Amino acid sequence: MNTSPEPAAAIAPRWHRIRMIEHPALRYGLFALAVIYVFWSMGALDLNWHRISNGIPRAGNMFARMIPPDFSRWSLLVKGILESVQMALAASFFGMILAVPLGLCGAANLVPKPVYLVARALIILSRTFHEIIIAIFFVKIFGFGPLAGVLTLIVASTSFISKMIAEDIENMTPGQLEAVRATGASFPKLLIYCISPNTLPRYLGVSIYRLDANIRHSTVVGIVGAGGIGQVLAATFSRYDYDFSLAILITIVSLVFLGEFFSSWVRGHLR
Amino acid sequence: MLAISELKKVYPTGAKALNNVSFTVDQPQVIAIIGPSGAGKSTLIRCINRLVEPTSGKVLLDDIDIVSLSRRELRKARRRMGMIFQEYNLVDRLTVMENLLSGRLGYVSFWRAYSRKFPPKDVVAAFKLLDRVGLEGYQGTRADALSGGQRQRVGIARALMQAPDLLLVDEPTASLDPKTSRQIMRLLVELVQERGTPALVNIHDVALAQSFSDRIIGLTTGEIVFDGTSDQVTEDVLTEIYGEEDWSQTIRKGDDDNSPPTDKKSSKDNGYVREAVAG
Repeated sequence: MNTSPEPAAAIAPRWHRIRMIEHPALRYGLFALAVIYVFWSMGALDLNWHRISNGIPRAGNMFARMIPPDFSRWSLLVKGILESVQMALAASFFGMILAVPLGLCGAANLVPKPVYLVARALIILSRTFHEIIIAIFFVKIFGFGPLAGVLTLIVASTSFISKMIAEDIENMTPGQLEAVRATGASFPKLLIYCISPNTLPRYLGVSIYRLDANIRHSTVVGIVGAGGIGQVLAATFSRYDYDFSLAILITIVSLVFLGEFFSSWVRGHLR
Repeated sequence: MLAISELKKVYPTGAKALNNVSFTVDQPQVIAIIGPSGAGKSTLIRCINRLVEPTSGKVLLDDIDIVSLSRRELRKARRRMGMIFQEYNLVDRLTVMENLLSGRLGYVSFWRAYSRKFPPKDVVAAFKLLDRVGLEGYQGTRADALSGGQRQRVGIARALMQAPDLLLVDEPTASLDPKTSRQIMRLLVELVQERGTPALVNIHDVALAQSFSDRIIGLTTGEIVFDGTSDQVTEDVLTEIYGEEDWSQTIRKGDDDNSPPTDKKSSKDNGYVREAVAG
Protein backbone atom coordinates (compact mmCIF):
# COMPACT_ATOMS: atom_id res chain seq x y z
CA MET A 1 0.00 0.00 0.00
CA ASN A 2 2.34 2.71 -1.18
CA THR A 3 0.30 5.90 -0.95
CA SER A 4 3.29 8.15 -1.23
CA PRO A 5 2.84 10.44 -4.22
CA GLU A 6 6.51 10.32 -5.08
CA PRO A 7 8.09 7.11 -6.29
CA ALA A 8 10.70 5.55 -4.06
CA ALA A 9 13.35 7.11 -6.19
CA ALA A 10 17.00 6.31 -6.52
CA ILE A 11 17.73 9.38 -4.38
CA ALA A 12 16.31 7.65 -1.26
CA PRO A 13 18.78 8.35 1.54
CA ARG A 14 20.55 5.28 2.85
CA TRP A 15 20.44 4.54 6.54
CA HIS A 16 21.69 1.68 8.65
CA ARG A 17 21.71 1.21 12.40
CA ILE A 18 24.67 2.45 14.32
CA ARG A 19 26.39 -0.48 16.05
CA MET A 20 28.08 -0.30 19.38
CA ILE A 21 31.24 -1.57 17.67
CA GLU A 22 31.33 -0.23 14.14
CA HIS A 23 34.12 -2.33 12.63
CA PRO A 24 32.75 -5.77 11.53
CA ALA A 25 36.05 -7.63 12.03
CA LEU A 26 36.45 -6.25 15.55
CA ARG A 27 32.78 -6.95 16.34
CA TYR A 28 32.79 -10.60 15.23
CA GLY A 29 36.30 -11.07 16.61
CA LEU A 30 35.14 -10.06 20.09
CA PHE A 31 32.10 -12.30 19.71
CA ALA A 32 34.32 -15.27 18.87
CA LEU A 33 36.54 -14.50 21.85
CA ALA A 34 33.50 -14.57 24.14
CA VAL A 35 32.50 -18.02 22.86
CA ILE A 36 36.03 -19.35 23.30
CA TYR A 37 36.12 -17.91 26.81
CA VAL A 38 32.92 -19.76 27.81
CA PHE A 39 34.25 -23.12 26.61
CA TRP A 40 37.65 -22.56 28.18
CA SER A 41 36.13 -21.71 31.57
CA MET A 42 33.93 -24.82 31.39
CA GLY A 43 37.14 -26.84 31.14
CA ALA A 44 38.38 -25.40 34.42
CA LEU A 45 35.11 -26.37 36.13
CA ASP A 46 35.93 -30.08 35.85
CA LEU A 47 32.27 -31.04 35.45
CA ASN A 48 32.14 -34.62 36.63
CA TRP A 49 28.77 -36.17 35.74
CA HIS A 50 29.53 -39.18 37.89
CA ARG A 51 29.86 -37.10 41.03
CA ILE A 52 26.73 -35.12 40.21
CA SER A 53 24.63 -38.25 39.69
CA ASN A 54 25.94 -39.67 42.98
CA GLY A 55 25.12 -36.46 44.78
CA ILE A 56 21.43 -36.43 43.90
CA PRO A 57 20.39 -39.46 45.99
CA ARG A 58 22.64 -38.22 48.81
CA ALA A 59 20.75 -34.92 48.76
CA GLY A 60 17.48 -36.86 48.90
CA ASN A 61 18.74 -38.81 51.88
CA MET A 62 19.84 -35.63 53.65
CA PHE A 63 16.50 -33.89 53.11
CA ALA A 64 14.68 -37.00 54.31
CA ARG A 65 16.66 -36.95 57.56
CA MET A 66 15.87 -33.25 57.99
CA ILE A 67 12.14 -33.93 58.19
CA PRO A 68 10.53 -33.45 60.61
CA PRO A 69 12.52 -30.54 62.04
CA ASP A 70 13.59 -31.14 65.61
CA PHE A 71 12.82 -28.27 67.96
CA SER A 72 13.44 -30.32 71.13
CA ARG A 73 16.73 -28.56 71.88
CA TRP A 74 15.01 -25.19 71.74
CA SER A 75 17.01 -23.69 74.61
CA LEU A 76 20.20 -24.01 72.54
CA LEU A 77 18.36 -22.55 69.58
CA VAL A 78 17.01 -19.57 71.51
CA LYS A 79 20.42 -18.91 73.06
CA GLY A 80 22.05 -18.86 69.59
CA ILE A 81 19.37 -16.67 68.07
CA LEU A 82 19.52 -14.17 70.93
CA GLU A 83 23.29 -14.02 70.59
CA SER A 84 22.95 -13.35 66.85
CA VAL A 85 20.38 -10.61 67.41
CA GLN A 86 22.54 -9.03 70.12
CA MET A 87 25.54 -9.14 67.78
CA ALA A 88 23.51 -7.50 65.03
CA LEU A 89 22.14 -4.77 67.30
CA ALA A 90 25.50 -3.95 68.88
CA ALA A 91 27.27 -3.94 65.52
CA SER A 92 24.62 -1.70 63.93
CA PHE A 93 24.80 0.73 66.86
CA PHE A 94 28.58 1.10 66.82
CA GLY A 95 28.63 1.04 63.03
CA MET A 96 26.18 3.96 62.92
CA ILE A 97 28.34 5.99 65.29
CA LEU A 98 31.72 5.21 63.74
CA ALA A 99 30.38 5.77 60.23
CA VAL A 100 29.59 9.46 60.83
CA PRO A 101 33.16 10.78 61.15
CA LEU A 102 34.44 8.38 58.52
CA GLY A 103 31.64 9.33 56.13
CA LEU A 104 32.23 13.06 56.63
CA CYS A 105 35.95 12.62 55.97
CA GLY A 106 35.12 10.63 52.84
CA ALA A 107 33.15 13.46 51.22
CA ALA A 108 35.35 15.24 48.70
CA ASN A 109 33.37 18.47 48.88
CA LEU A 110 33.90 18.89 52.63
CA VAL A 111 37.44 17.96 53.57
CA PRO A 112 40.97 18.55 52.22
CA LYS A 113 42.22 16.06 49.66
CA PRO A 114 44.62 14.08 51.94
CA VAL A 115 41.88 13.47 54.54
CA TYR A 116 39.52 12.41 51.79
CA LEU A 117 42.02 9.97 50.32
CA VAL A 118 42.80 8.34 53.68
CA ALA A 119 39.11 7.98 54.56
CA ARG A 120 38.24 6.56 51.16
CA ALA A 121 41.16 4.15 51.33
CA LEU A 122 39.90 2.89 54.71
CA ILE A 123 36.39 2.46 53.35
CA ILE A 124 37.56 0.64 50.23
CA LEU A 125 39.97 -1.56 52.18
CA SER A 126 37.30 -2.75 54.59
CA ARG A 127 34.87 -3.32 51.74
CA THR A 128 37.40 -5.36 49.80
CA PHE A 129 37.21 -8.31 52.16
CA HIS A 130 34.10 -10.33 52.61
CA GLU A 131 32.70 -10.61 56.15
CA ILE A 132 33.84 -14.24 56.33
CA ILE A 133 37.47 -13.29 55.72
CA ILE A 134 37.34 -10.52 58.32
CA ALA A 135 35.65 -12.94 60.74
CA ILE A 136 38.41 -15.54 60.29
CA PHE A 137 40.90 -12.79 60.99
CA PHE A 138 39.17 -11.71 64.22
CA VAL A 139 38.65 -15.30 65.36
CA LYS A 140 42.41 -15.86 65.00
CA ILE A 141 43.09 -12.74 67.09
CA PHE A 142 40.36 -12.85 69.77
CA GLY A 143 39.43 -16.53 69.74
CA PHE A 144 36.06 -18.20 69.13
CA GLY A 145 32.86 -16.49 70.19
CA PRO A 146 30.63 -13.50 69.64
CA LEU A 147 33.33 -10.85 70.26
CA ALA A 148 34.97 -11.71 66.94
CA GLY A 149 31.54 -11.71 65.27
CA VAL A 150 30.56 -8.30 66.64
CA LEU A 151 33.87 -6.77 65.58
CA THR A 152 33.46 -8.22 62.10
CA LEU A 153 29.99 -6.78 61.72
CA ILE A 154 31.11 -3.41 63.11
CA VAL A 155 33.81 -3.18 60.45
CA ALA A 156 31.36 -4.16 57.72
CA SER A 157 28.59 -1.83 58.94
CA THR A 158 30.91 1.14 59.39
CA SER A 159 32.32 0.89 55.90
CA PHE A 160 28.88 0.37 54.36
CA ILE A 161 27.13 3.23 56.16
CA SER A 162 30.07 5.63 55.83
CA LYS A 163 30.24 5.02 52.09
CA MET A 164 26.54 5.88 51.85
CA ILE A 165 26.99 9.04 53.96
CA ALA A 166 29.97 10.18 51.90
CA GLU A 167 28.16 9.61 48.62
CA ASP A 168 25.05 11.35 49.92
CA ILE A 169 27.02 14.42 50.94
CA GLU A 170 28.85 14.51 47.62
CA ASN A 171 25.52 14.38 45.79
CA MET A 172 24.17 17.41 47.65
CA THR A 173 23.63 20.46 45.48
CA PRO A 174 26.62 22.72 46.16
CA GLY A 175 24.28 25.69 46.39
CA GLN A 176 22.93 24.87 49.84
CA LEU A 177 26.43 24.50 51.27
CA GLU A 178 27.40 27.76 49.60
CA ALA A 179 24.36 29.57 50.98
CA VAL A 180 24.93 28.49 54.57
CA ARG A 181 28.67 29.24 54.34
CA ALA A 182 27.79 32.69 53.02
CA THR A 183 25.96 33.52 56.27
CA GLY A 184 29.28 33.22 58.12
CA ALA A 185 28.49 29.82 59.62
CA SER A 186 31.40 27.73 60.86
CA PHE A 187 31.89 24.08 59.86
CA PRO A 188 30.03 22.59 62.88
CA LYS A 189 27.05 24.82 62.15
CA LEU A 190 27.18 23.88 58.47
CA LEU A 191 27.07 20.30 59.65
CA ILE A 192 23.97 20.62 61.83
CA TYR A 193 22.10 23.14 59.73
CA CYS A 194 22.72 21.99 56.18
CA ILE A 195 24.39 18.60 55.90
CA SER A 196 22.44 16.87 58.63
CA PRO A 197 18.94 17.84 57.39
CA ASN A 198 19.92 16.70 53.92
CA THR A 199 21.45 13.36 54.84
CA LEU A 200 19.68 12.33 58.05
CA PRO A 201 16.67 10.52 56.53
CA ARG A 202 18.86 8.44 54.23
CA TYR A 203 21.39 7.84 56.99
CA LEU A 204 18.65 6.42 59.21
CA GLY A 205 17.22 4.43 56.33
CA VAL A 206 20.61 2.93 55.47
CA SER A 207 21.30 2.19 59.13
CA ILE A 208 18.00 0.35 59.52
CA TYR A 209 18.75 -1.56 56.33
CA ARG A 210 22.16 -2.39 57.77
CA LEU A 211 20.53 -3.70 60.97
CA ASP A 212 18.47 -6.05 58.83
CA ALA A 213 21.58 -7.05 56.86
CA ASN A 214 23.51 -7.57 60.09
CA ILE A 215 20.92 -10.06 61.29
CA ARG A 216 21.52 -12.06 58.11
CA HIS A 217 25.30 -11.74 58.30
CA SER A 218 25.39 -12.61 62.00
CA THR A 219 24.03 -16.04 61.12
CA VAL A 220 26.85 -16.52 58.62
CA VAL A 221 29.92 -15.38 60.52
CA GLY A 222 29.18 -18.01 63.18
CA ILE A 223 30.13 -20.69 60.69
CA VAL A 224 33.80 -19.75 61.04
CA GLY A 225 33.41 -19.68 64.82
CA ALA A 226 32.49 -16.06 65.44
CA GLY A 227 29.49 -16.80 67.66
CA GLY A 228 25.75 -16.64 67.20
CA ILE A 229 23.31 -19.12 65.71
CA GLY A 230 25.64 -19.82 62.78
CA GLN A 231 28.10 -21.48 65.09
CA VAL A 232 25.33 -23.78 66.38
CA LEU A 233 24.23 -24.50 62.81
CA ALA A 234 27.75 -25.42 61.69
CA ALA A 235 28.01 -27.81 64.67
CA THR A 236 24.76 -29.59 63.76
CA PHE A 237 25.94 -30.12 60.18
CA SER A 238 29.22 -31.63 61.26
CA ARG A 239 27.35 -33.98 63.66
CA TYR A 240 24.76 -34.94 60.99
CA ASP A 241 21.92 -33.61 63.22
CA TYR A 242 20.05 -32.60 60.08
CA ASP A 243 16.65 -32.39 61.77
CA PHE A 244 18.02 -29.84 64.21
CA SER A 245 19.72 -28.04 61.28
CA LEU A 246 16.33 -27.64 59.63
CA ALA A 247 14.85 -26.28 62.85
CA ILE A 248 17.62 -23.68 62.97
CA LEU A 249 17.22 -22.83 59.27
CA ILE A 250 13.48 -22.30 59.72
CA THR A 251 14.15 -20.02 62.68
CA ILE A 252 16.75 -18.05 60.72
CA VAL A 253 14.34 -17.63 57.80
CA SER A 254 11.59 -16.29 60.06
CA LEU A 255 14.04 -14.02 61.86
CA VAL A 256 15.30 -12.57 58.57
CA PHE A 257 11.71 -12.15 57.39
CA LEU A 258 10.87 -10.26 60.57
CA GLY A 259 13.98 -8.09 60.18
CA GLU A 260 13.16 -7.32 56.56
CA PHE A 261 9.56 -6.49 57.41
CA PHE A 262 10.59 -4.22 60.29
CA SER A 263 13.23 -2.45 58.22
CA SER A 264 10.95 -1.71 55.27
CA TRP A 265 8.21 -0.58 57.65
CA VAL A 266 10.54 1.90 59.35
CA ARG A 267 12.04 3.11 56.09
CA GLY A 268 8.57 3.69 54.71
CA HIS A 269 7.98 6.18 57.53
CA LEU A 270 11.19 8.18 56.91
CA ARG A 271 10.78 11.12 54.63
CA MET B 1 30.93 51.12 51.65
CA LEU B 2 32.60 48.78 49.21
CA ALA B 3 35.73 49.42 47.23
CA ILE B 4 37.15 46.81 44.92
CA SER B 5 40.52 47.37 43.36
CA GLU B 6 42.52 45.39 40.85
CA LEU B 7 40.62 42.22 41.63
CA LYS B 8 41.99 39.22 39.73
CA LYS B 9 40.90 35.62 39.60
CA VAL B 10 42.68 32.92 37.63
CA TYR B 11 41.19 29.44 38.01
CA PRO B 12 43.53 26.45 38.39
CA THR B 13 42.62 25.52 34.82
CA GLY B 14 44.30 28.76 33.71
CA ALA B 15 41.03 30.46 32.81
CA LYS B 16 41.14 34.16 33.63
CA ALA B 17 37.75 34.93 35.16
CA LEU B 18 38.51 38.42 36.44
CA ASN B 19 41.18 40.77 35.20
CA ASN B 20 41.88 43.95 37.17
CA VAL B 21 38.32 44.71 38.17
CA SER B 22 37.95 47.93 40.14
CA PHE B 23 34.86 49.84 41.20
CA THR B 24 33.39 51.54 44.23
CA VAL B 25 29.96 51.44 45.81
CA ASP B 26 29.35 54.42 48.06
CA GLN B 27 25.60 54.72 48.38
CA PRO B 28 22.63 52.41 48.93
CA GLN B 29 21.51 51.55 45.45
CA VAL B 30 20.87 48.62 43.17
CA ILE B 31 23.84 47.97 40.94
CA ALA B 32 23.21 45.56 38.11
CA ILE B 33 26.14 43.61 36.69
CA ILE B 34 25.43 42.53 33.14
CA GLY B 35 27.52 40.59 30.68
CA PRO B 36 27.56 37.43 28.59
CA SER B 37 27.74 33.98 30.18
CA GLY B 38 31.26 33.28 31.32
CA ALA B 39 32.14 36.96 31.65
CA GLY B 40 32.94 36.48 35.32
CA LYS B 41 29.76 37.88 36.92
CA SER B 42 29.31 34.99 39.37
CA THR B 43 33.03 34.89 40.09
CA LEU B 44 33.02 38.61 40.89
CA ILE B 45 30.15 38.26 43.37
CA ARG B 46 31.75 35.20 44.99
CA CYS B 47 35.17 36.82 45.26
CA ILE B 48 33.63 39.55 47.40
CA ASN B 49 32.63 37.12 50.17
CA ARG B 50 35.38 34.67 49.21
CA LEU B 51 33.22 31.72 48.37
CA VAL B 52 35.72 31.87 45.52
CA GLU B 53 39.25 32.83 46.57
CA PRO B 54 40.52 35.80 44.53
CA THR B 55 44.01 35.46 43.07
CA SER B 56 44.97 39.04 43.89
CA GLY B 57 43.50 42.46 44.50
CA LYS B 58 41.62 44.14 47.30
CA VAL B 59 38.01 44.02 48.46
CA LEU B 60 37.50 46.75 51.03
CA LEU B 61 34.28 46.62 53.03
CA ASP B 62 34.37 49.75 55.21
CA ASP B 63 38.17 49.67 55.20
CA ILE B 64 38.48 45.98 56.08
CA ASP B 65 40.31 44.08 53.36
CA ILE B 66 38.27 40.89 52.95
CA VAL B 67 40.97 39.25 50.84
CA SER B 68 43.55 39.30 53.63
CA LEU B 69 41.31 38.02 56.45
CA SER B 70 41.89 34.76 58.31
CA ARG B 71 39.16 32.10 58.20
CA ARG B 72 37.74 33.22 61.53
CA GLU B 73 37.76 36.91 60.61
CA LEU B 74 36.29 36.03 57.23
CA ARG B 75 33.32 34.32 58.91
CA LYS B 76 32.73 37.52 60.87
CA ALA B 77 32.92 39.60 57.70
CA ARG B 78 30.55 37.24 55.86
CA ARG B 79 27.86 37.98 58.43
CA ARG B 80 27.80 41.53 57.05
CA MET B 81 27.15 40.37 53.49
CA GLY B 82 23.83 38.75 52.63
CA MET B 83 23.75 36.55 49.56
CA ILE B 84 20.84 35.65 47.30
CA PHE B 85 21.08 32.90 44.68
CA GLN B 86 19.61 31.90 41.34
CA GLU B 87 18.54 28.47 42.58
CA TYR B 88 17.44 29.98 45.92
CA ASN B 89 19.67 27.44 47.73
CA LEU B 90 17.34 27.00 50.66
CA VAL B 91 17.95 23.97 52.82
CA ASP B 92 15.08 21.97 51.34
CA ARG B 93 14.28 19.75 54.27
CA LEU B 94 14.07 22.59 56.77
CA THR B 95 11.05 24.80 57.37
CA VAL B 96 10.75 28.36 56.13
CA MET B 97 11.40 29.65 59.67
CA GLU B 98 14.52 27.53 60.07
CA ASN B 99 15.78 28.78 56.73
CA LEU B 100 15.22 32.39 57.78
CA LEU B 101 16.96 31.81 61.10
CA SER B 102 19.93 30.29 59.30
CA GLY B 103 20.75 33.90 58.43
CA ARG B 104 21.67 34.27 62.12
CA LEU B 105 24.02 31.26 62.19
CA GLY B 106 27.05 33.53 62.23
CA TYR B 107 25.82 35.16 65.44
CA VAL B 108 24.46 32.36 67.64
CA SER B 109 26.28 29.59 69.48
CA PHE B 110 26.48 26.03 68.19
CA TRP B 111 24.02 24.75 70.80
CA ARG B 112 21.48 27.45 70.09
CA ALA B 113 21.68 26.57 66.40
CA TYR B 114 21.52 22.84 67.14
CA SER B 115 18.50 23.09 69.43
CA ARG B 116 16.92 25.84 67.25
CA LYS B 117 16.67 28.07 70.34
CA PHE B 118 17.40 31.36 68.64
CA PRO B 119 17.23 34.61 70.66
CA PRO B 120 13.66 35.97 70.80
CA LYS B 121 14.64 39.15 68.96
CA ASP B 122 15.83 37.04 66.02
CA VAL B 123 12.51 35.21 65.95
CA VAL B 124 10.62 38.50 66.06
CA ALA B 125 12.76 39.86 63.23
CA ALA B 126 12.10 36.69 61.23
CA PHE B 127 8.33 37.02 61.60
CA LYS B 128 8.52 40.67 60.56
CA LEU B 129 10.54 39.83 57.47
CA LEU B 130 8.20 36.99 56.60
CA ASP B 131 5.34 39.49 56.55
CA ARG B 132 7.41 41.99 54.59
CA VAL B 133 8.19 39.56 51.77
CA GLY B 134 4.56 38.44 51.65
CA LEU B 135 4.86 34.99 53.20
CA GLU B 136 2.81 35.51 56.34
CA GLY B 137 1.82 32.19 57.90
CA TYR B 138 4.35 30.12 55.95
CA GLN B 139 6.82 29.72 58.85
CA GLY B 140 6.07 26.02 59.34
CA THR B 141 6.09 25.04 55.65
CA ARG B 142 9.01 23.01 54.41
CA ALA B 143 11.12 24.89 51.87
CA ASP B 144 10.72 22.22 49.20
CA ALA B 145 6.94 22.70 49.25
CA LEU B 146 7.17 26.31 48.01
CA SER B 147 6.95 27.67 44.47
CA GLY B 148 9.95 29.31 42.82
CA GLY B 149 8.82 32.85 43.59
CA GLN B 150 8.07 31.97 47.20
CA ARG B 151 11.45 30.31 47.59
CA GLN B 152 13.22 33.38 46.32
CA ARG B 153 11.25 35.47 48.82
CA VAL B 154 12.55 33.19 51.57
CA GLY B 155 16.04 33.53 50.06
CA ILE B 156 15.78 37.31 50.24
CA ALA B 157 14.44 37.21 53.80
CA ARG B 158 17.26 34.87 54.87
CA ALA B 159 19.86 37.27 53.47
CA LEU B 160 18.20 40.21 55.25
CA MET B 161 18.10 38.30 58.55
CA GLN B 162 21.84 38.90 58.65
CA ALA B 163 21.10 42.66 58.82
CA PRO B 164 23.79 42.97 56.15
CA ASP B 165 25.72 46.04 55.03
CA LEU B 166 25.80 44.68 51.49
CA LEU B 167 23.66 42.34 49.43
CA LEU B 168 25.28 40.04 46.88
CA VAL B 169 22.64 38.82 44.47
CA ASP B 170 23.44 36.18 41.86
CA GLU B 171 20.90 35.92 39.03
CA PRO B 172 17.86 36.28 41.31
CA THR B 173 15.32 35.92 38.51
CA ALA B 174 16.92 33.52 36.04
CA SER B 175 14.78 30.61 37.26
CA LEU B 176 11.53 32.58 37.45
CA ASP B 177 8.78 33.52 35.02
CA PRO B 178 8.67 37.12 33.71
CA LYS B 179 5.93 38.32 36.07
CA THR B 180 7.48 36.78 39.17
CA SER B 181 10.85 38.14 38.04
CA ARG B 182 9.51 41.67 38.07
CA GLN B 183 7.87 41.16 41.46
CA ILE B 184 11.10 39.84 42.95
CA MET B 185 13.15 42.68 41.47
CA ARG B 186 10.64 45.22 42.73
CA LEU B 187 10.79 43.70 46.23
CA LEU B 188 14.57 43.82 46.12
CA VAL B 189 14.61 47.48 45.06
CA GLU B 190 12.13 48.41 47.78
CA LEU B 191 14.12 46.60 50.46
CA VAL B 192 17.36 48.25 49.34
CA GLN B 193 15.69 51.62 49.75
CA GLU B 194 13.99 50.80 53.05
CA ARG B 195 17.14 49.48 54.66
CA GLY B 196 19.76 51.56 52.93
CA THR B 197 21.70 48.44 51.97
CA PRO B 198 23.42 48.49 48.58
CA ALA B 199 22.93 45.45 46.37
CA LEU B 200 25.16 44.06 43.65
CA VAL B 201 22.91 42.11 41.31
CA ASN B 202 24.11 39.79 38.55
CA ILE B 203 21.46 39.70 35.91
CA HIS B 204 21.04 38.32 32.41
CA ASP B 205 18.00 40.32 31.43
CA VAL B 206 19.12 43.73 30.18
CA ALA B 207 15.62 45.21 30.13
CA LEU B 208 15.01 44.06 33.69
CA ALA B 209 18.37 45.49 34.75
CA GLN B 210 17.50 48.83 33.21
CA SER B 211 14.07 48.92 34.82
CA PHE B 212 15.16 48.18 38.33
CA SER B 213 18.72 49.37 38.82
CA ASP B 214 20.30 52.74 39.38
CA ARG B 215 23.67 51.84 37.98
CA ILE B 216 24.83 49.23 35.52
CA ILE B 217 28.26 47.63 35.26
CA GLY B 218 29.04 45.77 32.06
CA LEU B 219 31.49 42.89 32.33
CA THR B 220 33.13 41.16 29.38
CA THR B 221 35.81 38.46 29.65
CA GLY B 222 36.60 39.49 33.20
CA GLU B 223 36.94 43.20 32.55
CA ILE B 224 34.63 46.14 33.18
CA VAL B 225 33.75 47.75 29.84
CA PHE B 226 30.87 49.90 31.02
CA ASP B 227 29.92 51.63 34.25
CA GLY B 228 27.08 54.11 34.16
CA THR B 229 23.41 54.80 34.68
CA SER B 230 20.65 52.71 33.13
CA ASP B 231 19.86 55.45 30.66
CA GLN B 232 23.39 55.49 29.35
CA VAL B 233 23.06 51.93 28.11
CA THR B 234 22.85 52.32 24.34
CA GLU B 235 23.05 49.89 21.46
CA ASP B 236 26.73 50.69 21.16
CA VAL B 237 27.28 49.87 24.82
CA LEU B 238 25.50 46.53 24.47
CA THR B 239 27.57 45.76 21.40
CA GLU B 240 30.70 46.42 23.39
CA ILE B 241 29.52 44.16 26.25
CA TYR B 242 27.93 41.32 24.33
CA GLY B 243 29.16 41.68 20.75
CA GLU B 244 27.41 42.52 17.48
CA GLU B 245 23.64 41.94 17.48
CA ASP B 246 20.46 43.84 16.69
CA TRP B 247 19.83 45.52 20.05
CA SER B 248 17.01 47.84 19.01
CA GLN B 249 14.36 45.67 20.67
CA THR B 250 16.31 45.02 23.85
CA ILE B 251 16.80 48.51 25.15
CA ARG B 252 14.09 49.91 27.36
CA LYS B 253 12.38 52.88 25.75
CA GLY B 254 12.51 56.04 27.89
CA ASP B 255 9.06 55.91 29.52
CA ASP B 256 7.30 52.66 28.64
CA ASP B 257 8.22 51.11 31.94
CA ASN B 258 5.16 51.04 34.15
CA SER B 259 6.85 50.39 37.44
CA PRO B 260 9.81 52.63 38.11
CA PRO B 261 10.91 52.51 41.75
CA THR B 262 9.53 55.63 43.38
CA ASP B 263 12.65 57.56 44.32
CA LYS B 264 14.85 56.22 41.59
CA LYS B 265 15.25 59.69 40.08
CA SER B 266 16.69 61.26 43.19
CA SER B 267 19.29 58.59 43.69
CA LYS B 268 20.26 58.83 40.05
CA ASP B 269 21.06 62.52 40.35
CA ASN B 270 23.72 61.94 42.95
CA GLY B 271 26.98 61.28 41.30
CA TYR B 272 28.89 58.16 42.14
CA VAL B 273 32.38 57.11 41.55
CA ARG B 274 32.97 55.59 38.19
CA GLU B 275 36.08 53.66 37.50
CA ALA B 276 35.28 52.08 34.21
CA VAL B 277 38.41 50.10 33.59
CA ALA B 278 38.07 49.35 29.95
CA GLY B 279 40.23 46.93 28.06
